[in-house]
Amino acid sequence: MKSLDVKTIIARRVAFELKNGDVVNLGIGLPTLVANYLLQEISVILHSENGFVGLGPIEGSINPNLVNAGGQPVGFIPGAAMFDSAMSFALIRGGHVDVTVLGGLQVDGVGNLANWMVPGKMVPGMGGAMDLVIGAKKVIVAMEHCAKDGSAKMLNKCTLPLTGKAVVTMIVTELGVFTIGRDGFILEEIAEGVSIEALRSKTEATFSVSSDIKLMQGFSQHGSRGYDNIDN
Amino acid sequence: MPKSICIEQVAEFLHDGMVVMFGGFLGVGTPEKIIQVIIDSGVGGITLIANDTAFMDKGVGRLIVSRQVKKAIVSHIGTNPCTGKQMMANEIEVELVPQGTLAERIRCGGAGLGGFLTATGIGTIVETGKQKLIVDGKEYLLETPLRANVAIVKAKKADKLGNLIYDKTARNFNPIIAMAANLVIAEVDEIVEVGMIDPDEVVTPGILVDKIICTGGC
Repeated sequence: MKSLDVKTIIARRVAFELKNGDVVNLGIGLPTLVANYLLQEISVILHSENGFVGLGPIEGSINPNLVNAGGQPVGFIPGAAMFDSAMSFALIRGGHVDVTVLGGLQVDGVGNLANWMVPGKMVPGMGGAMDLVIGAKKVIVAMEHCAKDGSAKMLNKCTLPLTGKAVVTMIVTELGVFTIGRDGFILEEIAEGVSIEALRSKTEATFSVSSDIKLMQGFSQHGSRGYDNIDN
Repeated sequence: MPKSICIEQVAEFLHDGMVVMFGGFLGVGTPEKIIQVIIDSGVGGITLIANDTAFMDKGVGRLIVSRQVKKAIVSHIGTNPCTGKQMMANEIEVELVPQGTLAERIRCGGAGLGGFLTATGIGTIVETGKQKLIVDGKEYLLETPLRANVAIVKAKKADKLGNLIYDKTARNFNPIIAMAANLVIAEVDEIVEVGMIDPDEVVTPGILVDKIICTGGC
């Protein structure tokens, strides 16, 4: 599987989690791709941490003063609203954002997330991630199942500095969909052609298997809404 | 006294060791002309408060490259490799603050509040050295206000009294920093006569703005 395919699979699956009317914040990178796969019948309102709701495709010319949280030019839909950063984060912390989709470096079975620094190597900063994970009603981590060097990212205990403690609701990778229960990860869906044994070998953390386990949704979904211009 | 000044006069308000807040998110909504004046002035030892350190050639990132910043209080430095390099070499102090906490600390500084309680950062290294309080069974961190000597604001339009309106996501931190500094300088694209901006459309009231620089045809 090529890297692009993996990201597409993850983004498509995450799109199934979004409900009509949800206010959704998509993180930088892979999560941004989710906007490309929103289902036709679902209408969501995208929140951008730099100060607006109603993010949409670019129509007409680019306005350099209208960007998403990654600094890329975007457009807005009719009915959009602009505001300052204090309001933007009041919306986030105040529970007015239904779903946030973020990338992850490590997740563990109590729902801890680490995604903002690797000591001594990479210290980009947390940006808005720490506010998003404590404020959004549902926190979806969208990430490749293993790191580039093949090491596991779903762990019994995170080793990197945390972004949030016990904050993750769901993890979507190219191999499966997991939720967090009282005893750790629960496998809810598994990708077509992947065995539970193969999945265990790529997952450091122990996980239980839902009695209602399903095949992962979204493999044949083509629900592009024309948001290709915010694809990075 | 007229608030409108020419760009060169900004240098009179700069001094070594000053604490400066800048509007902008990855350089969008940052007053580039005033940044150039700060670079040309050569003032050093600046404490910079902004959302991020932008890019090496854009926004406040240029002040990192010119080595005029002693300390940066920001939420993100990942887009400016120069900040990370100087941080690793102990040439700059970086205080990383969650973005919502940064915005609210500035808002407190401008709103006369002694701080606020937030769950952001609980269970992370952000809580190091901070007081924890429990309200209705939920744990919060006490975060303290931020203020500056000077706030450098970018707006789309001002009237001659300094009432400001912004353009799209170039608003970001600008209205908040305009409340939290002893001196507020706004760089705007256009200045109009008093009364030309509908009072309902004003985002930053002119009483907060001390000096206006017009970079457009005005």
